[in-house]
Amino acid sequence: MENSVGIVETKYYTFAHPPNELVLDSGGKLGPITLAYETYGKLNEDKSNAILILHALSGDAHAAGYHEGEDKPGWWDDAIGPGKAFDTDIYYVICSNIIGGCKGSTGPSSINPKTGKPYGIDFPIITIKDMVNAQRHLIDYLGIEKLLCVAGGSMGGMQVLQWLVTYPNRIKSAIPIATATKHSPQQIALNEVGRQAIMADPNWNNGNYYGSEIPAKGLALARMVGHITYMSDKSMEEKFGRQRKNGNGSTKFSADFEVEGYLHYRGNNFVKRFDANSYLYITKAMDYFDIAQGRPLYEVFKGIDAKVLVIAFKSDWLYPTYQSLEIVKACKFAGVDATYCEIDSTYGHDAFLLELESETHLIKHFLRKVYHGYEVLDEYEI
Amino acid sequence: MNMKSDIRLDHKAIADMIPVGASVLDLGCGEGELMYMLVKEKKAKAQGIDIDEQAIYKCVAKGLSVYHGDLDSGLSDYADKSFDFVILNQSLQQVRHLESVLYDSLRVGKKVIVGFPNFAYYKARFQMFFVGKAPITPALPYQWYDSPNLHFLSISDFQEYCKKRGIKIENKKFISKSKIIKAFPNLRANIGIFLISSIYGH
Repeated sequence: MENSVGIVETKYYTFAHPPNELVLDSGGKLGPITLAYETYGKLNEDKSNAILILHALSGDAHAAGYHEGEDKPGWWDDAIGPGKAFDTDIYYVICSNIIGGCKGSTGPSSINPKTGKPYGIDFPIITIKDMVNAQRHLIDYLGIEKLLCVAGGSMGGMQVLQWLVTYPNRIKSAIPIATATKHSPQQIALNEVGRQAIMADPNWNNGNYYGSEIPAKGLALARMVGHITYMSDKSMEEKFGRQRKNGNGSTKFSADFEVEGYLHYRGNNFVKRFDANSYLYITKAMDYFDIAQGRPLYEVFKGIDAKVLVIAFKSDWLYPTYQSLEIVKACKFAGVDATYCEIDSTYGHDAFLLELESETHLIKHFLRKVYHGYEVLDEYEI
Repeated sequence: MNMKSDIRLDHKAIADMIPVGASVLDLGCGEGELMYMLVKEKKAKAQGIDIDEQAIYKCVAKGLSVYHGDLDSGLSDYADKSFDFVILNQSLQQVRHLESVLYDSLRVGKKVIVGFPNFAYYKARFQMFFVGKAPITPALPYQWYDSPNLHFLSISDFQEYCKKRGIKIENKKFISKSKIIKAFPNLRANIGIFLISSIYGH
């Protein structure tokens, strides 16, 4: 428990009660909305030390510390805690679950107040912007006028970009990691395979499976595809090689390579904690995301006052570095104060959860500058 | 070696060319010493670019804004006259497409500061002439086989080049052994620093 924020609890905030529902990007309405969130560290007196962490596709509000009775910490525990990249001795760190999710926030598995049953596919289409709008309500509720920083990787990075464009005056800095301003056809294609796997499962039943058999096979398969894309050729070689598992091979096509076993294990585990309809909605939100909406990105970035730290990873083929460089180019042309680092990692897209040493160095010093300005840098550590 | 004190003096000479509060783009900023000094002493709004990942970490530790990338492709994304000054200190001789980097610098910056090792420094001439070996001097400290330098030029070469290309030399400083050199710089200085601008304003 050293350097840990310790035992934490998920909190819930409910808003957008009818008739004041949240108006969605699609024009539809959603309410009431509950957001699950966690906080670590202490909000200072002038509320200037708050950082919002934004999670990726399958993440949740539990980013750091331990839930009572559990031995597995939150998903970014290596980065959040005393002395870590997001230092909870200095900063007040908030992590909010997204709408459309299934980890305590309103999503397709939530009860539709109009019918008394789970929404299923009656849940409206949501976008990254809707997720961010909902988070803004949470930040209002927490009484924070200006966030010191918004940070996140992958889909979390998309939310970071959305904050930057939609609420530039509510943030002092932004850290988009291993992300894109819009999905490429390759990224959309990979997501579509996942969605088709779910919808081809007879148990999916047009989204009406709550209370009966869930589309476990389809969701597990979607996750297997996902995990392939999160690794690199090299990291797979290092982790599995062509190793065989022991004591298997009972049928002709059983999974006897280590890598097969790993994917099955990941897929089957995912089914226990994630809702198939949420997977459909969230991947769609990622695919529809286009921060510039067809305009030149530098135009969208013009006038942004926040400081930006863009981080990408060399071996990430799911969110290749050229996509991060799009952000960098727009910052250059729009005159946004930005820093970019391409970390030489072999972990693929997973690197954003694994390259802690490099990320910690970059994030820690970047936040220090944003928080204190240059005064503190009379002495610097090398 | 005098490398360290010479480099400090070249930083000082560059800083003297820059007014307080100027915006500065440092191309090939390395570990950010010059930018750090300009931010501290000149309240400069500074941005750096460097290809070396470890150098990026050092810059970030100093609180500097820096892009990880190469200069040959790093400049084209900037709008015309985005910066008051573009600095190419000890980096111009290392870029592959020297002329396009220099022209892009003159486009992106209102003024450009170029600092480079003088290949015609007398010690270099001496080594070439009497020893018959590729010169190693405080400003050119590399062996022929591990030098990052792709272009070898003298102070006279650069002045002639500027004249030929219609580049205006607004100010110049020559440094050797922690001293500013006035007379016979092409012989006596191992570093030349030029403040230049485009005559035609493009």
